[in-house]
Amino acid sequence: MSLVRNHVLLSIDAGTVMAGARAVEKALVEEIAKQGLTDEIAVLETGSVGTVGQGVVMVVYPEGVYYSNVTPEDVPELVEEHLLKGRPLKRLMLAETPKQAVITKEKAGLLKEQPRIVLRNCGVIDPEKIDEYIAEEGYMAIGNALTSMKPEDVLEEVKRSGLVGRGGASFPTAMKWEFARRAPGDIKYLICNADEGEPGTFKDRLILEGDPHKLIEGMLLAGYAVGASKGFVYIRGEYALSIERLEKAIAQARDYGLLGVNILESNFSFDIFVMKGAGAYVCGEETALIESLEGKRGHPRIKPPFPANAGLWGKPTVVNNVETLANVSEIIRNGADWFRGYGTEKCPGTKVYTIIGNVATPGLIEAEMGTTLRDIIYEYAGGIQGGKKFKGALIGGAAGAFLGPDMLDVQMDFVNLKEYAAVLGSGAILVMDEGADVVDLLQSVLHFFKHESCGHCAPCRLGTAQLVKLIDRIAVSKGSREDLNKLLRISDVMRDTSFCPLGQSPYLPISSSIKYFGDEIGARIR
Amino acid sequence: MITATINNIQVEVPEGTTILWAAKKANVNIPTLCFHPDLKPGGQCGVCVVEIEGIPGLSRSCVTPLGEGFRVRTHSPKVMNARKEIVEMILANHDTDCLTCIKNNSCELQGLAATLGISTVEYAKLAERLPIDRSSVSIVRDPNKCILCGRCIQVCSNVQTVNALAVNHRGYDTVIGTAFSAGLGNSVCINCGQCVVHCPVGALYENSSVEAVWQALHDPDKFVVVQEAPAVRAMLGEEFGMPPGSLVTGRMYAALRRLGFDAVLDTNFSADLTIMEEGTELVSRLKSGQKLPLITSCSPGWIKFMETFFHDMIPHMSTAKSPQQMFGALAKTYYAQAKGIAPEKIVSVSVMPCTAKKFECLRPEMKASGYQDVDYVLTTREIGRMIREAGLDLKELPEEEADDIMGEYTGAGTIFGATGGVMEAAIRSAYFLVTGRELENLDVQPVRGLKGIKEAEIDIDGTKVKVAVAHSGGQARALLQKVQQQMATEGKSEYQFIEVMACPGGCVGGGGQSWGSNMAKRARRGEALYEDDKARSHRRSHENRSVLAVYEQFLGKPNSERSHELLHTYYQKRSPVDGKVINE
Repeated sequence: MSLVRNHVLLSIDAGTVMAGARAVEKALVEEIAKQGLTDEIAVLETGSVGTVGQGVVMVVYPEGVYYSNVTPEDVPELVEEHLLKGRPLKRLMLAETPKQAVITKEKAGLLKEQPRIVLRNCGVIDPEKIDEYIAEEGYMAIGNALTSMKPEDVLEEVKRSGLVGRGGASFPTAMKWEFARRAPGDIKYLICNADEGEPGTFKDRLILEGDPHKLIEGMLLAGYAVGASKGFVYIRGEYALSIERLEKAIAQARDYGLLGVNILESNFSFDIFVMKGAGAYVCGEETALIESLEGKRGHPRIKPPFPANAGLWGKPTVVNNVETLANVSEIIRNGADWFRGYGTEKCPGTKVYTIIGNVATPGLIEAEMGTTLRDIIYEYAGGIQGGKKFKGALIGGAAGAFLGPDMLDVQMDFVNLKEYAAVLGSGAILVMDEGADVVDLLQSVLHFFKHESCGHCAPCRLGTAQLVKLIDRIAVSKGSREDLNKLLRISDVMRDTSFCPLGQSPYLPISSSIKYFGDEIGARIR
Repeated sequence: MITATINNIQVEVPEGTTILWAAKKANVNIPTLCFHPDLKPGGQCGVCVVEIEGIPGLSRSCVTPLGEGFRVRTHSPKVMNARKEIVEMILANHDTDCLTCIKNNSCELQGLAATLGISTVEYAKLAERLPIDRSSVSIVRDPNKCILCGRCIQVCSNVQTVNALAVNHRGYDTVIGTAFSAGLGNSVCINCGQCVVHCPVGALYENSSVEAVWQALHDPDKFVVVQEAPAVRAMLGEEFGMPPGSLVTGRMYAALRRLGFDAVLDTNFSADLTIMEEGTELVSRLKSGQKLPLITSCSPGWIKFMETFFHDMIPHMSTAKSPQQMFGALAKTYYAQAKGIAPEKIVSVSVMPCTAKKFECLRPEMKASGYQDVDYVLTTREIGRMIREAGLDLKELPEEEADDIMGEYTGAGTIFGATGGVMEAAIRSAYFLVTGRELENLDVQPVRGLKGIKEAEIDIDGTKVKVAVAHSGGQARALLQKVQQQMATEGKSEYQFIEVMACPGGCVGGGGQSWGSNMAKRARRGEALYEDDKARSHRRSHENRSVLAVYEQFLGKPNSERSHELLHTYYQKRSPVDGKVINE
């Protein structure tokens, strides 16, 4: 390592692979060899560096120069200029360097440094090498826990940290664990919900691609606290790279004795199995997920009983989101007080967002709870594309709420957003500039719900179809005022009577879009 | 105990009681649609929602247990509005050709719409017409009527463990269907019709033979004979507003005669005959110790279930045909000869509490007489419709007798209609066949009633015979799995004789019963049959003089060569994928 002059970190995620990252990698390695630089330049694969839609992306260290949209044809020039002659290649550099997405630990330029808890290693280490995770103090938390903490202590520490679920429902994590821990039964299960399906959300994917061992360690700690000996990762089948990396990481952890029987010579035994979902949105709902895991149709179950008492195969089960579990090792390693140093009193810690839409640099962001929407958009995401005006945002994906132009200074956290009848949800932020069409957006949201309704309950199955019928009419200026009323009326009944959160969701985007953009929608009424 | 208030009325109920049941204590009927008292609630429709103070949204009363101190409102403005909106959306998507629907006036959705006072439907009709599934000879499924309440799947999967029906596609495109959408006739469906009797609307009904039977009745060249299953006399009254469990044997004969049947005979006669054949078979198997346990073969739903899911039980099955098919084989042979009627002129009709009988009569092997032994099977509902169509009211008809030579029956024959009845009837005669003496206490109580699996041990002159009775596919599966396990580990089963009926409650719970059935009604019908038994002058099958006459004049003796030719059958393995016969 000491001889290596430059490290080239190549972002390998679903987006960059589709853009041709593998071909670039091959060209890079060949070109470096051709130039006789193989001993001096190391090419490393890493997870997403936080960019989206920028083609093949790489970072050259120690300079920390970001290149985007790199093609194999660019490689000879890039190697010659930067790696041989030390002159960064301006034409390929990411605009406005360095970006919010830069994973440098020092503060950079005008942009705020992101507090990195969940994404600490993402884009920094090679996610396919367990040693790199360990070098970043990985598996230290589980080591400490197994040698010096009782399961109750782990649970207590997480309880004190105030961690709440990051999947959307913001249920206190430790409380969930405690219910399952106290539930009678010898066999208990832990499930990681990696069935990320909320439109515009891809944070879990990038966590899994960038730092799979962090999830494994989080699951180990959760399993230890709950008394579970088996963990399942229910993951979206489309997340091919996440699955590949996670499976690789699990195999490595098994090799290192970090999964399996009597982990680190303790009495704790735990293993993790990866199960692929088939892409149904409703399977992100925990009971539908459990049904699917059991090999049945992904329909939500009647509650009670709750999974903590009778979940997978009738056994006490905890279902946690990827991001939630990715916080756990940091909390155990650094302590609850450290964790509470981030975020707000009521809502400690950070939130990982995927920010998309009309912003200058869409991508993955980690920000403290309570950060304003303005900071997220203007400090982390480079502001609105093309310097246009901010019109509004859809927060939390399809099941989320619209916020209007005067809402830029709202503090983004689970507690505060409730005051504005909004939700943080999955952490997807879709930003609209002045040119965006709210009706179009609402239309696509409602089509999404119709498409993803599982069909089990009448209010959702029939309601989503009626909503689509109405919005389609409104979208082509053929709707009436009564159609608009019906949209609200049906979605209100759906919110009250649907069997699971899916059918309860359309009310929020409908009511909030009418609240903030009523005039615009009204103008479409015939 | 839980104390709470429902509409400001205090109620006290055991912990775990749902709000729906607790409300009944406060004399409030919360409207429901997908809910059925005999099935596990699935919460599909959302009609039974209530408002609970402090809990956001509305809660489904069918699945929500009443909590301590709950303040529940079952008819708040919010609740009433939500209910109406849901039912309106269901109606908008439902094929509302009510006047010509088989369920007109018996439809639960129709009743609900009336209860909720729905006068207009403001929602757009979105559904496209889907093809009606007519692939099954027993059951028709009309997806355009289906409201996706899930009851049919519940009963097919959880109660019957047949799993012919399941949810296909999803969301708005959701339909209930079979594997590969191949249709019921190309599935593992056992034709039991439990889906039919649990359907709240007109999406499932029998494949009707009413028109064909009218034609036969109106044809002067045909001699139309009719047989009625034991259970029919205990349920036909319900078609005419009589309470469940009304015994209408004599009125039923009168009605059939007035419809124009040329001979009104009785399946109870051939039930007694079945006991002679099956009882003899039992005695010979007990003597030889071979192929035990013997398993009854009267229920055609059970037969297909066994042929599909329990191939290894085929040797254990009684080869005796069901009473319907024994009757059919004799009608065109023995009866035709005795009465001097050309068999080709005879149209043999049966009235059954069953939809699977329609499948049974069409089995290719059921042609022992040289003709199709039973031509048409009518369910109890169908004969009810015919009687009403003929301008008759069963309640007002006189009590009449069946015609001779295949109309006489004993108490043993009539209890065939209740679960455990075949077992009890067989014990009564087997005892005689083995010992030559009569069993003194004829009431074999342990095999009666609606308990899932019933067991008894009978002492036949020092020989202990262990018997078991199962009703419903699920119970049959559980019992046979136990038998399989015993045979695998110990080489033999603890049982020597097993009765299986495919439907919960036995034939009184069959797929051909009146709409709006539940287990309580089935129980009362069963009790009526035991009363019929008790009131008969003869209560043992071997005392049936008409049966004895058949043997004297035609068959020789039970299990004779001729009996085997006409009254016995064989079974074939079927695929657990599509229910088709496996040709090996």
